[in-house]
Amino acid sequence: MKGRQTERIIRGFLYLIIAAFLLWAYRSGAFQFILDNPDDLLYLLKQHIELVALSSFLAVMVSVPVGILVTRPRFRKYAWIAVNTANIGQTIPSLAVLALVLTYFGIGYFTAVFALWVYSLLPILRNTIAGIENINPSIIDAGKGMGMTSRQILWRLELPNALYAILAGIRTSIVINVGTAALAFLIGGGGLGDLIFTGISLYDTGIMLAGALPVTLLAITLDYVLGKAEKWIIPKGLQRNLDHV
Amino acid sequence: MIRFKNVTKTYESENKSVTAVDNVSLEVEAGHICVFLGPSGCGKTTLLRMVNRLIPITSGTIEINGKEIQSFDVIELRRSIGYVIQQTGLFPNMTIEENICVVPQLLGWDRVKMKQRYNELMDMMGLNPDEYRNRYPWELSGGQQQRIGVARALAADPPVMLMDEPFGALDPIIRERLQNEFLRIQGDVKKTILFVSHDIDEAIKLGDTIAIFQAGRLMQHGTPDEILANPQDQFVSEFVGNDRALKRLTLFTVRELLKKAGSGTGKASANKLAATSQVHVDANLRTALSVILSSDTGEAAVVDDQGQSVAVLRLADFESFTGIHPKRLTSIVQ
Amino acid sequence: MELAAFIQNNWTDLLRLTWEHVQLVGLAVSVSVLTGVPFGIYIAQREILANLVLTVAGIVMTIPSIALFGIMIPILSYIGHGIGFLPAFLALVLYSQLPIIRNTYIAIKNVNPDLREAAIGMGMTTWERLTKVEIPMALPVIMAGVRMAVVLTIGIGAIAAYIGAGGLGEYIARGISTSYETMVQAGAIAVSLLALVVDFVLGSVQKRLSPKTAR
Repeated sequence: MKGRQTERIIRGFLYLIIAAFLLWAYRSGAFQFILDNPDDLLYLLKQHIELVALSSFLAVMVSVPVGILVTRPRFRKYAWIAVNTANIGQTIPSLAVLALVLTYFGIGYFTAVFALWVYSLLPILRNTIAGIENINPSIIDAGKGMGMTSRQILWRLELPNALYAILAGIRTSIVINVGTAALAFLIGGGGLGDLIFTGISLYDTGIMLAGALPVTLLAITLDYVLGKAEKWIIPKGLQRNLDHV
Repeated sequence: MIRFKNVTKTYESENKSVTAVDNVSLEVEAGHICVFLGPSGCGKTTLLRMVNRLIPITSGTIEINGKEIQSFDVIELRRSIGYVIQQTGLFPNMTIEENICVVPQLLGWDRVKMKQRYNELMDMMGLNPDEYRNRYPWELSGGQQQRIGVARALAADPPVMLMDEPFGALDPIIRERLQNEFLRIQGDVKKTILFVSHDIDEAIKLGDTIAIFQAGRLMQHGTPDEILANPQDQFVSEFVGNDRALKRLTLFTVRELLKKAGSGTGKASANKLAATSQVHVDANLRTALSVILSSDTGEAAVVDDQGQSVAVLRLADFESFTGIHPKRLTSIVQ
Repeated sequence: MELAAFIQNNWTDLLRLTWEHVQLVGLAVSVSVLTGVPFGIYIAQREILANLVLTVAGIVMTIPSIALFGIMIPILSYIGHGIGFLPAFLALVLYSQLPIIRNTYIAIKNVNPDLREAAIGMGMTTWERLTKVEIPMALPVIMAGVRMAVVLTIGIGAIAAYIGAGGLGEYIARGISTSYETMVQAGAIAVSLLALVVDFVLGSVQKRLSPKTAR
């Protein structure tokens, strides 16, 4: 097959570029900083992960329940407010959110967590609402008609069937959060952004890459792992949808 | 038995009120299928959904076996009524077995009993229980999904079933097969069934009685024969179609005709007829009619299970039974 | 209010930075459209290649922008452009590729096969079919991709101020480093407004391109 061959060539070429880049980075002494200061790197990496974990966890804890709440019949009339807020909020650049939070709370760890939390809320909220609202109404009608209580409908029908969308929202949010957390250094959050910004201001390739490469790896790895986790968690009957994405 | 008494549903919006169901009174006997028939928007689905209180009643009462539905706990009421809808409403996150056992599970049956019931129902539907147990709805064809939908509604053996155009989305061949299976199953289980349809042929085939609706009002309620023979007004007669005389023929078999006519036709000439002009004694009269019309002699030999001819049928025999002049019959067919 | 006073005193500067920002984003997205749309159309005919391209573009998207800057600066400094317009421009082009390629690909794939058949049946050449049937049908979805790309690059463009690319991020960067809160606010609000306004305008364009029945 001609297509497969082209694909293999391109794939090989891409691996080659990455290998060449890493070799070049090594030769130009880029890893020297990492080798010389492994403790610094580990400390900042840990800080970075903590920032992301804490703010993302809090975002999930708030967004999913709020998303469920606004899709209840009583509040459904107001769901559009949440959807529009989420859409508009996601249009605002991350740096602007961080900067605005900074001017209210001043520099510090709390500011960083709060800003990351705010920016992580919206993708999860939007996907939770969309996931629940996009469920085929006949499924809910059947559940109701068969005598499920509203709590049973939520737990047995709505949440399992919206799970794909909700998890996708959480994944997107976390991956974005890894990148935004690299900016959190600017407002007192620490993390790997420390090395990147220091490297830029000192124009030091080694320091720059010592921050940039781990952040990149962290984002790509998390994206991959969370993608695998989705397949684990999502009910088998809905896995068909995964193949199309 | 289900009894509707002066049931009305009005939707109030800001400056006007719409009457979806208008003062409907109707009784359906236990073990009967009553088909709610009418064009879309006539209120038939609304009326159906009021029975399990998915739609609240504005005024009037609905009784099931003499007990007013408002006196039940709504959740218990729904669990005691089977519910089948057109889009199947199968739960995509659950296996076929889980889907079928939803209501038994809600009612707290034990595992052994649920499994037994699942096997029983799948056998009834003509599907292999083990083959489908762990499969998911999307892996099944439309016809199979709808069978599961019916099985699910039957799971807890409810005395009453509501069916909202359950076969409406299927292609004609599959639909007919499911209708036949459904009639066979109903012959065993004898549920009281309210069945929404917009298809007159389906209504004639499945209904013990048919209730025809227009703009929220019940226009006529009667057996298929009554409705076809004596449509009450212009709307009903137009809705059942110009060929209602012909449709009516599907309600009777050759055997019934012969019984009524006293089989006065001669036996002797029967054997001379070509084999192609034979009709089985249990075939319906519409089939018999088309056999007669397509035979050269204008006759058909009636044969029994053994292939023995028991009588000869002519066009004239129809008149005595249906009261329709042969010429009119012929013109309707052509 | 301090903010109002700041804006009043610095509005020419604010306009200059906005213009810089718009230029950077506009140039990057234009290049992306010119390359991404044809590429998206091309891979729509090649399933295996499309999978690879979309996967790679997806991975590029997960790379945090500031990290990508950190990786590009050392490479580009070899040709003497480590800091400034070029790395920012290249990064924005890379980031805006995915939404544009993906949406073009999906849009072309989703053109009703009956329409395609009809066009072939009417004797249209491949080129005519593409320009008269498939692209017009696909345009709203492609436009949605462009809109996503623009909003995304406005945000990343703000971060690019840290590598000397100018634009409204400069107020945020300078404001934070000198603890001048009003300047930070002015920059953040201006760049947010820019994103919201552009999103709204492109949204209207997208609606206008959609067939009337789909509105």
